[in-house]
Amino acid sequence: MSEKLLMKGNEALAEAAIRAGLKGYFGYPITPQSELLEYLSHHLNNRGGSFLQAESELAAINMVYGAAGAGVRTMTSTSSPGYSLMQEGVSYIACAEIPCLLVNVVRGGPGLGTIQPSQGDYFQAVKGGGHGDYKLIVLAPDSVQEMADFVYLGFDLADKYLMPVLILTDGALGQMMEPVTFPDYDVEKNKVDHSSWATTGKLTSRSQNVITSLHIEAEKMEDINIHLQKKYKTIQENEVRYEAINTEEADIIIVAFGLVARVAHKAMENANKKGLKVGMIRPITLFPFPTEILLTLSEKVDQFLVVEMNAGQMVEDVRLAVNGKIPVDFYGRMGGVIPQPSEIVDKLIQMDSSKTHSK
Amino acid sequence: MTEPLIEPQHIQCENLDQMDQVWTRPETLIDRKLHYCPGCGHSVAHRLIMETIDELNIQETTIGVAPVGCSVFAYHYMDIDMQEAAHGRATAVATGIKRVLPDRIVFTYQGDGDLAAIGTAETIHTINRGENIVIIFVNNGIYGMTGGQMAPTTLPGFVTSTSPNGRDTHTMGYPLKMAEMISVLPGAYYVTRQAVHSAKSVRKAKKATLKAFQYQMDGKGGTSFVEIVSNCPSGWKMTPVESNQYLDDEIFDFYTLGDIKLPPKE
Repeated sequence: MSEKLLMKGNEALAEAAIRAGLKGYFGYPITPQSELLEYLSHHLNNRGGSFLQAESELAAINMVYGAAGAGVRTMTSTSSPGYSLMQEGVSYIACAEIPCLLVNVVRGGPGLGTIQPSQGDYFQAVKGGGHGDYKLIVLAPDSVQEMADFVYLGFDLADKYLMPVLILTDGALGQMMEPVTFPDYDVEKNKVDHSSWATTGKLTSRSQNVITSLHIEAEKMEDINIHLQKKYKTIQENEVRYEAINTEEADIIIVAFGLVARVAHKAMENANKKGLKVGMIRPITLFPFPTEILLTLSEKVDQFLVVEMNAGQMVEDVRLAVNGKIPVDFYGRMGGVIPQPSEIVDKLIQMDSSKTHSK
Repeated sequence: MTEPLIEPQHIQCENLDQMDQVWTRPETLIDRKLHYCPGCGHSVAHRLIMETIDELNIQETTIGVAPVGCSVFAYHYMDIDMQEAAHGRATAVATGIKRVLPDRIVFTYQGDGDLAAIGTAETIHTINRGENIVIIFVNNGIYGMTGGQMAPTTLPGFVTSTSPNGRDTHTMGYPLKMAEMISVLPGAYYVTRQAVHSAKSVRKAKKATLKAFQYQMDGKGGTSFVEIVSNCPSGWKMTPVESNQYLDDEIFDFYTLGDIKLPPKE
């Protein structure tokens, strides 16, 4: 374990990537993730990797496709408009089953939007993003410490399932400074052998390795899709991660991820001081989504409140999980505005009283 | 082709055992029926690359990047590790590979729609960085795979399925001379324009291809760019012979053959 350091979220993520054995980084400047690019430009080439500033996010993701296809740990990072530009490449990488780490430090949209933090890219992150039926494993950190921790987890999951893993964070977590410690991580021990598929040069001892997402025959393409869906099902069964707080005695459960989970946590504490019984579920993996715990809790609690920095995106997944058993309410701010704990408390009080009223 | 190539195994000859073998399929060119139209230059271009890989003995260290276009299945014929890029992104993919495996030989194989339209930015920036890779640019002035639409390289007046009255430069712009354009970039090490429509041009194109790969192996300069001006009998609505004649009569007046930029003399 390293000593405790005070770092920005973007920098902590970049430092963790180097410690996780990052070999290739390709990125393009965009606020609010540029510190990540800058940090790696300073350090990666001296510490065993290759840094390159691409001419666009489109080029960057395709460089990732090439380098990750060579079987080494590769990543890119960007923010919302840049992530949209990458979707072509992400779809190809997902289909070709290449492991890599993607980071979207989300800002408010749509369009050029704002450089303030947002969760408006939730749908894009968890429903695929580009064309075709595919998913990414999506990790949502809520602290600078998790910005670092999820890099190791992300690379390991990418290598395990041969797919891109996306860290979905936001401009505030990227920019804020907090103490962080880097875990001991043995790069060699965690190395996965990709020689059976990686394009590293065809040795006479083996047949050619070809990386492609092109399968002209419909039946073959369907087989590929069936294989991908099977993989996503395995992931749904094995890789769900979430944090549950105060769920035992709660009447209302807040569901919030990332930065908003911290605000919601404060709101939960304040509401409980006022005599309400509020608990919380913080999804850590947005895909696979923690459906089961929400369904279980829907048998015990009265209501859910989903809080997001968007117009209501994750709330759809919560409603799917709960399947109409209990009401699922929503509170959101948009365009780069972070909700205050007091706004959420007001909403909770309103929900609580309406429930009492209806009784 | 004006001078047809004949596979040796098809020759019926009683004294075959006593004859010297002067021609054979390159070991790295997979013996599989090509999907290209009769008379198309792609197959010859494929062969030249694989001959080069055989001669330089670099099969084990070479990684190819296939484009989107008629040669999208290049890896069906080239017995090397290959990656299939999205349309226009081949040089970005090649950059990624070369940056993490700098001791490997990396090349892209791209058509004119891929390299000169949708991938123009990637092409220019890859060469401007002087990535030590080889770009094989097969320019046939048309989108072949999608059915013969106008390409950025289509000559003025030429009729295609999206320029039914011929390419009107006032509304559709002018054909792009990529080789000349990129030759002014400091990162371009060797730029040449070749053809594969005659025995003589095939021999010259082979020499150029060999040089390009050799330059990458030497690792002294930047990007080597070999343009191969090819025919597209199907897209041009011509017979193979007519299309080769058209190359001589019209195309090479605009796309002049020969070296455009040579490496600096040491």
